[in-house]
Amino acid sequence: MSTLIKFKIDGVECMAETGAYVVEAAVENGIFIPTLCNIKGVKPRGSCRVCTVLVNGRPMSACTTPVASGMEVENNIAELNDIRKAIIEALFVEGNHFCPSCEKSGNCELQALAYRFQMMVPRFPFDFPVRDIDASNPKIIKDHNRCILCKRCIRAIKTEDGKSVFAFKKRGRQLEINVDPDLGELFTDELAAKAAEICPVGAILLREKGYEIPIGQRKFDKEPIGSDIEKK
Amino acid sequence: MSKPIVATTSLAGCFGCHMSILDIDERILDLIELVEFNKSPIDDIKEFTKMCDIGLIEGGCCNSENIHVLKDFRKNCKILVSLGECAIMGGLPALRNGIPIKECLEEAYLNGPSVRENKKRIIPNDDELPMLLDKVYPCHEIVKIDYYLPGCPPSAELIWNALVALVTGDEMKLPYEVVKFD
Repeated sequence: MSTLIKFKIDGVECMAETGAYVVEAAVENGIFIPTLCNIKGVKPRGSCRVCTVLVNGRPMSACTTPVASGMEVENNIAELNDIRKAIIEALFVEGNHFCPSCEKSGNCELQALAYRFQMMVPRFPFDFPVRDIDASNPKIIKDHNRCILCKRCIRAIKTEDGKSVFAFKKRGRQLEINVDPDLGELFTDELAAKAAEICPVGAILLREKGYEIPIGQRKFDKEPIGSDIEKK
Repeated sequence: MSKPIVATTSLAGCFGCHMSILDIDERILDLIELVEFNKSPIDDIKEFTKMCDIGLIEGGCCNSENIHVLKDFRKNCKILVSLGECAIMGGLPALRNGIPIKECLEEAYLNGPSVRENKKRIIPNDDELPMLLDKVYPCHEIVKIDYYLPGCPPSAELIWNALVALVTGDEMKLPYEVVKFD
C-alpha cells in the first residue's frame, strides 16, 4: 500500500502518494502546471521544460521529479511564467507555425499555452526553416514544419510487439521525427487516430480529415488549457 | 482637446483585418466621435496630411512598396500597431518563404495550372512595379512596432478594446475569447 505524503505548491498544503511525479500530484490537488511533452500514462521525458518549477529553490522539470515529503514547490510565479512563455515563443519561431491555415488550430496545445500566457508576438526573430511534408504514409501526414520534437509519438505509439512506429532521423538542426516506412504501413485506423490525437501540434494529421469541429466548439476556444484541472 | 488621429494601411494582407475593423458595427459611430481618420483605405486619404497618433498596420512586408509605406507610417505615427497574423509573423503570404522567388514567379506566370495566354512567357518586370523581397517579413523586423493584436483576423472586440484603451489611456481588456491566432 502506498503512503500519503505532504508537500507544498506555492504555499498551499498538498497531499500525494509516494513516487508520484510533481505534475500528476499537482493535478490531484487541483493545481495546473503547464506541460507540453508530457502525456498521462507514458514515462515522462522532460524534454520541453515548459513544466519547470522551483523545487526548494532549484529549477526542476515537474514531469520527471517525484514528490518528496516536505518539498516546497514554486509554480505560478512571474519568473517561471516568463521562462515558460519564452519557451513557447521559441517554439513558435523555430518552426513554421501558421495557425490560420492549420487543421489543429483550436485543438493545439502549443497554441493553447500561447493563449494562456497571452503571447501577442514572439520576442525572438522568425526563422522560417525550409522543411518537408511527408505524405507517403497511407493513413497519416507528417508535417515537419509544425513538429516540435516532443517525442510524444515516439514514446506512445507502439506496435503490438512494442516497437515504436515513429523515430528520430538526422541530427542537430536537421533532426526530424519520421514514420517507420514498414511499421507505418501496418497502421490500424485506431493507432493512426491515436497518433494524431497525441500530437500536441498539427504535425501528425489523419488523411482525408480536417477542420471537423467548427470554430467556437474546439477544445481551447472558450477556456484556457488547464482550466479543467483548476475547476476540480 | 483635438481628437486622436488614426491612420491605417494594408500591406501584404487580404483586407480581412480592415473588414474586422468595420465589424465593430454601430460602434463605428462612437469611434468617429472618439478619433479622426487620416491616411487610410477607409476614407481613401492617400497621403499623410498631418502627424498621426495611432497607425494600424495590416499585412507583412512582401515587396519594396510595403517597406516604403511601413517606414512612412513609422515616420508619421506616434504609435504603430501590428494588426493580425500577417503583420505579426508574415501570415499566409509567408508560406512562400521556403520557396525560391524564381520558382514562385515561374509558377504564377509561366507554369501554374491557371496560367493562360502568356504566349511570350513574360514575367512582369516593369520598373513601375515594386520589387518582391526574398521573403515575407513581419513588420517588427523592419521598423519598431509598439503593440500587437493577433488574430486572422483579430476580432472586432479586440480591435475595439485596443483602440479604446489607446485613446482613453485605460488598461486594455483582454478576455480569453478575444485573443486568438485564427
